[in-house]
Amino acid sequence: MASRDDIKFLSNPNIGSQRKKYCRFRKYGIRHIDYKDPDFLLQFINEQGKVLPRRITGNSLKYQRKVATAVKRARHLAILPYVADLLK
Amino acid sequence: MNQYEVTFVVDPVLSGDEIKSTAQTYIDLITKEGAEIVFTDEMGLKQLAYPIKKRTTGVYYCIEYKVPNGEMISKMELAFRRDERIMRFLTVRLDKFGVKYNEDKRNGLIGKKRADKKSKDAAKETARKAAPVKKQAPKPVQKVAAAAAAPVVAAAAAKSEEE
Repeated sequence: MASRDDIKFLSNPNIGSQRKKYCRFRKYGIRHIDYKDPDFLLQFINEQGKVLPRRITGNSLKYQRKVATAVKRARHLAILPYVADLLK
Repeated sequence: MNQYEVTFVVDPVLSGDEIKSTAQTYIDLITKEGAEIVFTDEMGLKQLAYPIKKRTTGVYYCIEYKVPNGEMISKMELAFRRDERIMRFLTVRLDKFGVKYNEDKRNGLIGKKRADKKSKDAAKETARKAAPVKKQAPKPVQKVAAAAAAPVVAAAAAKSEEE
């Protein structure tokens, strides 16, 4: 009798199930977002330099606002671009 | 007593001394207004994300200071506006988390993930180094265990290959 490990699926059964999104600031206890750190902020903007929506980043509202502020500050100081193409 | 942080970008065309003296004038100005400077970060020459005044690079400075009331900020910003050597500036009030963050950053705790991993790895390595010295007697046992473990691993690998 075949054991459970030997069962093979024709398609990957994990494909349909979505990974649950989470707010990384809450999860890892990050309380302050530095506007002088472009590498970190790059995770929250798209290729054109726009801020990614919460729908995609999974940030909680509180930290999404802080991210947006930090990105805007970084843009003012020319740490991040206002408009860009192929940023990543 | 609020803690503030002012970041400004100095024109890179100036000579090194001029850049330093420019920064120093503002440090002096801040201290003269009765502020206590917590930290001055020379972030150095950086590429700008977009050209400002036809310059593509800038020298970044960040001064963190404590001041009882914020009246001096408008004075300082006026001086920044009048100064042609300053390309950009930004003053921000730090909340308690910001203060803590900057402290941690100075103490090298940030870049956390990397630092943590490194420290953990270092701890592990020291543990490894320490372990054989302490356990000189049971060393052969460990070897045997390793030898015993090895075939299992090999077998597992073989299994996965079969699959």
